[in-house]
Amino acid sequence: MSRRMRMLVLGPALLGLGALFAWAIAGLAAFGDYRGPYGFVLNRVVVPLRHTTNVVMGTTFDVRGLDTMGEEFILYAALVGVTLLLRDETRSRQAERRTSRLDDDAVRLVGVAMIGGGLLVGLWLMAFGYITPGGGFQGGVLAAGAVLLLYLVGSHRDYRPFRNEHFLDPLEAVGAGGYIVIGLAALVSGTAFLTNLFGLGTTGTLVSSGSIALLNWASAIAVSCAMVLLFAEFLETYVVPLEPGDAAS
Amino acid sequence: MSYLPYVVAAWICLVGIAGMATSRNLIHLAVCLTVTQSSSYVLLLSVGYVKHGKAPIFVGTKVGSTAADPVVQALTLTDVVVSVAVIALILALALDAHRLSGSVDPDGIADISG
Amino acid sequence: MTWIPPLLVAIPLLSAAATAGLDHITPRPIQDALVIGAATATTALAFVLLWHAESHEVVEWFGGWRPHHGVALGIDFAVGPLAAGMCAVIGLVVTLALLYSLTFLREAARLFDALMLVALGAMCGFAMSGDLFNLFVWLELMGVAAFALTGFQVERLGPVQGAVNFAITNSLGGYLFAIGIALIYARTGALNLAQIGTSLSHGPAGGLVIVAMTLLLCGFLIKGAVVPFHLWAADAYAVAPAPVCAVLGGVMTDIGLIGVARLYWSVFAVPFGHGRGVGDVLLWLGIATAVLAGTMAFLQRHLKRMLAYSVVCHIGIMLAGIGLLDSAGLAGAELMFLAHALLTAGLFFVAGILHVDHALIDELHLRGRGRGSWLLAAAWFAGTVGLVGTPYVGIYLGHGLIDEGARPWVLALLWLGSALAGAALLRAGARIFLGWGDAEEELLGRAIEEDPVERDVLRPLLVGVALVAVVLGVAISIVPGLGQRAEYAAERFRDTSGYAATVLHGRAVTPPASLPVSIRHTSLESILFATGTTIFALGLALAGLYRSRLPRGISRAASRTLAPPIRVLHALHSGVVGDYVTWVAVGTAVTGGIWALLLHG
Repeated sequence: MSRRMRMLVLGPALLGLGALFAWAIAGLAAFGDYRGPYGFVLNRVVVPLRHTTNVVMGTTFDVRGLDTMGEEFILYAALVGVTLLLRDETRSRQAERRTSRLDDDAVRLVGVAMIGGGLLVGLWLMAFGYITPGGGFQGGVLAAGAVLLLYLVGSHRDYRPFRNEHFLDPLEAVGAGGYIVIGLAALVSGTAFLTNLFGLGTTGTLVSSGSIALLNWASAIAVSCAMVLLFAEFLETYVVPLEPGDAAS
Repeated sequence: MSYLPYVVAAWICLVGIAGMATSRNLIHLAVCLTVTQSSSYVLLLSVGYVKHGKAPIFVGTKVGSTAADPVVQALTLTDVVVSVAVIALILALALDAHRLSGSVDPDGIADISG
Repeated sequence: MTWIPPLLVAIPLLSAAATAGLDHITPRPIQDALVIGAATATTALAFVLLWHAESHEVVEWFGGWRPHHGVALGIDFAVGPLAAGMCAVIGLVVTLALLYSLTFLREAARLFDALMLVALGAMCGFAMSGDLFNLFVWLELMGVAAFALTGFQVERLGPVQGAVNFAITNSLGGYLFAIGIALIYARTGALNLAQIGTSLSHGPAGGLVIVAMTLLLCGFLIKGAVVPFHLWAADAYAVAPAPVCAVLGGVMTDIGLIGVARLYWSVFAVPFGHGRGVGDVLLWLGIATAVLAGTMAFLQRHLKRMLAYSVVCHIGIMLAGIGLLDSAGLAGAELMFLAHALLTAGLFFVAGILHVDHALIDELHLRGRGRGSWLLAAAWFAGTVGLVGTPYVGIYLGHGLIDEGARPWVLALLWLGSALAGAALLRAGARIFLGWGDAEEELLGRAIEEDPVERDVLRPLLVGVALVAVVLGVAISIVPGLGQRAEYAAERFRDTSGYAATVLHGRAVTPPASLPVSIRHTSLESILFATGTTIFALGLALAGLYRSRLPRGISRAASRTLAPPIRVLHALHSGVVGDYVTWVAVGTAVTGGIWALLLHG
């Protein structure tokens, strides 16, 4: 279809969809008037049953743990897929030049501070994910972002040791596969897959919530490795590091 | 006012689809897809909001006090990760398209048809 | 036996993680063995589950979160014989595809295998899941794996285009589905299918439920490549490597239909089941898909594109069977799925072998080149005859069961679709393996060629896999007792209140009375239609082969009348993703509008 025809067909279609949405919205309860049983029940039972104060994380890793397992693997499959799609060895890449290093000292200082800060906050979010707001995913992305900052603030050579794929690939697999192994452990011990097997500990402390803590860490590892590797895949379609001893320009 | 979040979600969805259908750049297309998906986040979170409710984190608050729905928050988290995965793939494809044909115009890479 | 459903997902996914993660560490033969072993183990477990599921509904509540007073807290897998049968066939096709690709694709093998295993796990999860959001997660997981696999041959623009079209349309479908989930959740406060169904039985079903149903079902129909959401399928299958096409076309696209059936019978049959509104729209979409895709198949010269349209055509017939809303129709769709998955996979495998042998995939370019490859020719023709639906071969039994509930003109249209697609495949087979037909045909448009991925293959393995697939597929219609078991499975699947009772309250299913072990009888009407279709397909194939030898008057009249609509059809399937998104919007709006008119009040 020509672009004009496409607009002519699209317009009425979007109006029709809009009308359908309006009709659906008319049947919704008003904003703030949530009535359904699911959320209320979970808010009451998750804390006493699982000793975790962050009910969202309790839901993500325990009550609806299977969804999270699928989600981990969606990220994993995307990483494998991107590696597959960007695997062409013959693409020409610009060699990174010395002059592309960040020159301004003030910006570099702030950047370096942000790396440390980002990494710390990321680790804190991961570690305390099942007590206060946070979790493996959020912390993992922040930590991976800190690693990327290394490239932005420094140079590719500074960043390269942190994206060593011989180390990160197996670690990523451990994170994703570890989630399933924890679930299988429950299956092997006679209960349902992904049942919370381990001691529940004291609510509100780091030692609590049983396998939620372990699953939280598994997904934190998987997500941070996946994000670092994803950034690296995209980055390395454009950049090839200079070897030491190469001319500056 | 009490239906505004839902209307916003519907609007975002329609704008996203319009952007996708008329896009001239694969990267813009990927972002429009993400915009369309974000309408589902807005809708999910609005549906789970409880008036005068706190967040469903019970550090220092008594269990049983009014709190928002944790389920939709967990669902949105999963949704966000799905969106990251899909946009990563589409961007990788856009890079490949650019490498092979020099353009990222979806109308321009229509090599096969019929 | 409730430990089997989680394993059907856990084994493939864990092996995928191990395969990709241990890439640099373990040697190739061990990795190959791990991959094939995981796929075979999953298939074997699925068969065990199938045998057990016949007398029990196998329900596994993850994390041990069992329902309380009818409120489901956790996620469940609810497996009856229909779902278990799906898993078994999915496992079989993926295992065959992995065996095939052992030598067919050596490049980036570990990444390829990991993605195929992920797809296997996701499809099994989708077939078994009883939770609405969980279905979305598996839908997206299989999608992500499939998009990457489609774009496998990154040295050419075609795969990139196919993968982009596939990714954008299917993701959009998934996100519309997510909006539908939010709407249903707002209304019922539940994500468990049985609980949603129970909840919808209280109170009238207003616009909210109708719109939610539109979004949810259209999301699955987009995955299932039903008209007008089918445009991505030919683009994707034309460019993906043959084993990927076998999995996509054989099982992954069809699984969208199982999703539609599950959603209807566990949720929407409650508010809307007293009328035929929902079913009729599905029936019409199915008929339109069958006829349009059959026509498009006949207009192709690229073998994989032709097979893609044949897949879509059969999906249309299966959707029509579901839309009839009776047990025979659903059973027929199920049996068609079994036969069609294996036969289509087999034909894609043959196309792949032809591609490797001759570096050509175009029907006209391959003319006569297949002479002498007797095994390939046998596989191709057997598969084609099975897909046409000649009495008691391949899809016949399934089609016959669908016929039982259908009015005569519906039957005629569905068999017409079969005939058109079958004629295309017969024409291609005759041209390639027998050397018949003209050397040129301008109604088929221009050729699209591509280089094969690998030239150095273990040909006997490839041919063996293709033959196994075709023989199994052809035999589906004559397996004694399969028809009756399929009908029983369909009865169980359709029992909305029984499903809710079993899932939410643990009520046991009464085992079936002993089912006969004999070939199920089909009506005389079906046999006549099937025979007629076969003859019509043969005739149409011959006409297609020898169009230049028809009397000049007829030939010229045919070109003049047929050329403009053919041009329009080709123009509509433009390969441009903006058009596809537009059609998704149009299709969703129109379907929603029709359901609004039929079902409100």
